[in-house]
Amino acid sequence: MKRLKIAFYTAGGCGGCDMSVIDMSESFLNFTEKFEIVFWTPMITDLKYRDIEKIPSDYIDFGFFSGNLNTKEHEKIAKLMRDKCRKLITLGICASEGGIRGLANLHTPEQLIKTAYIETISNDSSDKITPKTGLPSIKKVKTLNQVVNVDYFIGGCPPHHEHMKRVFHLILKDELPPSGSWITDGKSVCELCDKNSMLKGKPREALKEIKRLYEGTPESDRCLLEQGYLCLGPLTLGDCGCRCPSVNIPCAGCGGAVSGVSDFGLRAISMIAGIVEREELIQKIPAPVFLFYRYTLASFLNKLGGRK
Amino acid sequence: MRKIEINPLTRIEGHGRISIFLDKEGDVENAFLQTVEFVGYERILRGVPIEEVPRLVSTICGVCRGVHFIASLKASDEVFSVKPSVAVRKIREIFYNAHIVEDHTAVLYAFGFPDFICGLYSSPSERNLIGVFKKIGTEFGREILKKRAGALRIFEILGGRPSHPVTALPGGWSKPVKEEERKEIIKIADELIELGKLTLKIFEDYILKNKEYEEFFRSDVYRVVLNYLGGVDENDKIAFYDGTYKFIDTKGNEIGRFKGREYLEYIAEKTLPWSYTKAPYLKKHGWKGFIDGEATGLYSVGPLARFNVGKGYNTALAQEAYEKMVDFYGGKPVHNILAYHWARAIELVNAAENIKILSSDESITERNLRQEINKVAGEGIGIVEAPRGTLIHHYRTDEKGIIQDANLIVATTQNKGAINIAVKRVAQNFIKKGRVDERILNMIEIAYRAYDLCFACATHEINNKIPFQIDIYSNEGELIKSFENYA
Amino acid sequence: MKENNPVILVFACQWCAYQGADNAGMQKYSYPSGVYIIRVPCTGRIEPEFIIEALSKGADGVFIGGCYLGECHYKDGNNKAKMRVSLLNRILKEVGFEPERIRIEWISAGEGRKFAQSMKDFAEELKKLKYR
Repeated sequence: MKRLKIAFYTAGGCGGCDMSVIDMSESFLNFTEKFEIVFWTPMITDLKYRDIEKIPSDYIDFGFFSGNLNTKEHEKIAKLMRDKCRKLITLGICASEGGIRGLANLHTPEQLIKTAYIETISNDSSDKITPKTGLPSIKKVKTLNQVVNVDYFIGGCPPHHEHMKRVFHLILKDELPPSGSWITDGKSVCELCDKNSMLKGKPREALKEIKRLYEGTPESDRCLLEQGYLCLGPLTLGDCGCRCPSVNIPCAGCGGAVSGVSDFGLRAISMIAGIVEREELIQKIPAPVFLFYRYTLASFLNKLGGRK
Repeated sequence: MRKIEINPLTRIEGHGRISIFLDKEGDVENAFLQTVEFVGYERILRGVPIEEVPRLVSTICGVCRGVHFIASLKASDEVFSVKPSVAVRKIREIFYNAHIVEDHTAVLYAFGFPDFICGLYSSPSERNLIGVFKKIGTEFGREILKKRAGALRIFEILGGRPSHPVTALPGGWSKPVKEEERKEIIKIADELIELGKLTLKIFEDYILKNKEYEEFFRSDVYRVVLNYLGGVDENDKIAFYDGTYKFIDTKGNEIGRFKGREYLEYIAEKTLPWSYTKAPYLKKHGWKGFIDGEATGLYSVGPLARFNVGKGYNTALAQEAYEKMVDFYGGKPVHNILAYHWARAIELVNAAENIKILSSDESITERNLRQEINKVAGEGIGIVEAPRGTLIHHYRTDEKGIIQDANLIVATTQNKGAINIAVKRVAQNFIKKGRVDERILNMIEIAYRAYDLCFACATHEINNKIPFQIDIYSNEGELIKSFENYA
Repeated sequence: MKENNPVILVFACQWCAYQGADNAGMQKYSYPSGVYIIRVPCTGRIEPEFIIEALSKGADGVFIGGCYLGECHYKDGNNKAKMRVSLLNRILKEVGFEPERIRIEWISAGEGRKFAQSMKDFAEELKKLKYR
């Protein structure tokens, strides 16, 4: 049986999504019998850009693109991938919505560079120079679908390797959802959480206080959100199997938004503001932009972009 | 002048390229390695509550997925003036050692081994992780991945997820360890020790017993003579989670030691115009440029640096392997950079043995792992030995624990000088009279892979004969025009 | 802004503010022609996503009209709306977007004059903001 051809590229990402595929461990070896990895750049294979450029159009069946885009080089490779892959899939929340590194868009590239190369305390900044020559200039973070058409989205920071197994199974069985969809089981983190009060037949309570991560000790069988920890489980896709609340840490939303939500942060605002007991708690939330837009700031600012 | 480019660097984490400049005889005039990516975490962190930082900075790297987490967690302990309990410290150490096992395994088999096991004459399409497994046998490949999955399982049990962990709390840990989990960890630890032994055996069979490779490991081409930095415990044995950080010179004599904020007395970072990675150097020696040898101001970090700095490892099998390596080289310090891979394999064994020792202690199932936070000291420094080398996180916060200022000295950054010297030396050795082919270019890439890069780095110096490039930028930082004196 | 006539999208709740807008029409209180009104069952139904969608698609301002606090037909829908706008404003300020483009006011069914005046005031404020 002819093997399906796949390829991977990491743009402005941390490599975690690529590692998630390797983390499938034995299943990874099983999949290499059914898939032909045309290239995996720059992490695993030795193909260089000049080799990639020679690949014919639509040669690769499924291309996985991880990491956000913040240089012209990233955009160039994104367009190459779009040309050479029949289907292009974002691998992880960075490529899908900008990711944590999208928080850079709260600052200008000049500010980011000045802090790193001149202002840090151990810097020998006697010449006050910043890196420039022969280097691609740093731009605002973009998501993949701001540059090329994307066929499927996979969220997660990184997606759990069990979820990656499901993705590859769906590809092999030709059971992917309609083009433009997120590849997901569709359940929210909240639905899978064993602390969920609704699943225990109890009504949800209003938020009487807002707690920072280290404040107090959560009761281990009670909903974290109700106890005042800002858990975003209700609106986050649970393909991870609800990892974080199961270790008493509130969900931060890395899986992407459940269906029907056009912007993760805005729905998070709606949810939290809709269940607090009194308005003064709203002012008590520390760093709301960071908390609600941890993974999706780039795509939000892009929406606002025309207006700013 | 002719320019040859290797773009992108492969079998690393991150984006980089190597530019090699040939003079009119076709010999290498200069070579440099540039990191071509930048994120800006030090600025992004401003305004973030410190307790959220470990989870955030973990995303600096998804290969070394536990190191920034632990370093910043230690810093957050200091910011809130809380000391973790003995149980919490042990849990963190087990977690950290599990990460070292899975990280070193991935790096050895995916980044380092392909050059040797697939062979220096193999084609690029075979020279990768899958090629390695084909060569050593897929049953071994399966076993290696299965055992590594065990390390990931420990990571997930303790850290909450298999990557970018979340269980950090200042002075504590968010989830207690159940007794059945502790027993599971001990069982896995035995498997991981086997993984370490198997890796050392593969290293021996495929590399040390191969005459050609043995010569590379001893050669003067893959050799960079620098000072070294590594973390040691109270017995001067190599320590990963916490220790004192010791500098030695090119002959092995101690230069000094630091803990916490004292790092600023030793380390300064130079910004270079040609790369997004800075070049740290020893302050007392001063910036001397990219030279090695006795007068150098540069130092390197990571497995070989630790091997040189410490007086061995704190576990039996690792110590045995250490003595074998010292014997092979006839003493320390060892400046042959390919030995990084060897030291990496020994550290894998050491980390696995430490998991077994630490998890045998029943007290790690302690239920109360949290501390009450009453004070905000406002400054915290967390230093760890990451798989790639010494890692420093330094934060200043306001009275509410919100970050005002961050300084991160990443492990690979400290190897910038070393990597650059190595790449140039190897390029000069292999490229003569303009003869270049894919195999020769890969020989140059082997030089940086020893350092297991999370960011590549480069340098450039302007003098009369050197190739130069003039870039003209607009006010907005857009490149308008570029002039070069090379083809 | 089309020739100094800001586009204002109004979300008005059917029990109070929408009837107030109706009342303004019947009483012939005039207000700027750039005002477009959408009826909602309650201000508690309004998602911040609607507000941002409107603003990014061409509205210069978004106005939310609801019942007076304590008089919401569904008890606390207008409270939720108030808190959502408050949190949304906090976020918008931090990302450098003008929170003055969003207004939330309480207007009862018989307050046609108040509705018209609010529209005029809002339009004037929007004219002062930086042109898109």
